[in-house]
Amino acid sequence: MNRRDFLKFAGVLAFGIAAHQSVNLISQSRARDEKKSTKAWAMAISFSACARREGCRDCIDICHLIHNVPEFDNPKDGLRWIWASPYESVFADQTNPFNRGMLKNLSVLCLCNHCDNPPCVKVCPTKATWKREDGIVMMDYHRCIGCRYCMAACPYGARSFNWRDPRPFIKNINKDYPNRMKGVVEKCNFCEERLSQGLIPACVDICPEKALIFGDLNDPDSEVSKVLRARFSIQRRPYLATGPRVFYIF
Amino acid sequence: MVKIIIGLICLLIILFSPVGYNVITGRTGYIPLLKTPQYQGDCVEGTIYMRKRHMEVLERWRNAYVRDGIKRYVSINGIYNISLTGTCLKCHSNKAEFCDRCHDYGGIKPGCWDCHHIPEIKAEK
Ligand code: HEC
Ligand code: HEC
Ligand code: HEC
Repeated sequence: MNRRDFLKFAGVLAFGIAAHQSVNLISQSRARDEKKSTKAWAMAISFSACARREGCRDCIDICHLIHNVPEFDNPKDGLRWIWASPYESVFADQTNPFNRGMLKNLSVLCLCNHCDNPPCVKVCPTKATWKREDGIVMMDYHRCIGCRYCMAACPYGARSFNWRDPRPFIKNINKDYPNRMKGVVEKCNFCEERLSQGLIPACVDICPEKALIFGDLNDPDSEVSKVLRARFSIQRRPYLATGPRVFYIF
Repeated sequence: MVKIIIGLICLLIILFSPVGYNVITGRTGYIPLLKTPQYQGDCVEGTIYMRKRHMEVLERWRNAYVRDGIKRYVSINGIYNISLTGTCLKCHSNKAEFCDRCHDYGGIKPGCWDCHHIPEIKAEK
């Protein structure tokens, strides 16, 4: 190879490397742009709309049905993704005696708050629970080792532990969604599997009173954004700085 | 001396009895017979690749689905919904005669079925 050929070859090589690098850079920046357009899922629950149907369990039943959450006779074994509790225990910190008197018989719907700053995620030693870009606090049941740190960390009691093999206690198995097994913790996933198909969470979908409002806080025109801008709302124990994404309106 | 030799022979017989058992029952060259699907389509990757690497495919599927929120898998054979029960076992519906038969042969017990469901097999004639 003479000097001329060598220089030509080196030039082509340098150009090739530069082109490769710039293509890489462009494709990376595009991937990053796509990630930015994320959602911020949140829910608003209306006390008054929910209270209109006393004893209604539609949302609880549908959630536990599609996610194969078992039902045990002994409440100590119990598992729950969404549940109802009396106002004075859910909002034990709301000490205003007049409100307490007025709402004495109110039963409040509770679920995972999908916190902005989730304490369960901080304590998980295997990263089996983590916060997604869109705000959903996810569980990877494959990684859960059942240490239950997350249950101790969660101030809302949103997580439950499988003390027993759940499968025999699931009345109607939904084969489209796996159940869990003895030794893992489970909780609400904001119907992540439905959101990815463009559906809203099952509890929101089924509520006959439209007491549950779900949507994207990053979108100012979403129903939940509008409701939360317009109406007075409270969160469960906001002073813990967990930033709950489930809001309660009257 | 004789005692030692008898002892050694007994030891050898015990050691090789499994091989002898297979020779007698004619199973030395035994390969599990797999019931592959009636060609509803191609597997997610090539057969040879799947034979060697299906556990890696499943691990990738699992991580993509659960951790990265990717619900579809694209390969040269097509686009597949990521689901163990809904995709793999839709084609390989006879798990007992496919997955299990091969895993029993290899002495492997994947612990997926405590949580993941096995579809009922449609009655075949
Ligand atoms: C669209 C139908 C279809 C789907 C979906 C599918 N397979 Fe297959 N699979 C096949 C066919 C067809 C073969 C080839 C059988 C042959 O060549 O004899 C095959 C072959 C295999 C083999 C190799 C069998 C052997 O002979 O050694 C394995 C292992 C396998 N599949 C596992 C899986 C797993 C795991 C999944 C899910 C990730 C899956 N398959 C999804 C149809 C499917
Ligand atoms: C503790 C219960 C549990 C065990 C054990 C388990 N999984 Fe899962 N797996 C789940 C749950 C629950 C989901 C659904 C997660 C979601 O939608 O958020 C899932 C999802 C998946 C998915 C993607 C979606 C789907 O429906 O298939 C794959 C693939 C998967 N698991 C593979 C495996 C494999 C392979 C094994 C065995 C090595 C396994 N899993 C063992 C609970 C389990
Ligand atoms: C051709 C034989 C064969 C068939 C058919 C087969 N497997 Fe496997 N599978 C293996 C072998 C061998 C291993 C272990 C590989 C290793 O440990 O390196 C394995 C491992 C696995 C693992 C990982 C287990 C673990 O503990 O890490 C999973 C999950 C799995 N198989 C799922 C399936 C499913 C689901 C099917 C049916 C759709 C299937 N396999 C069909 C041979 C097979």
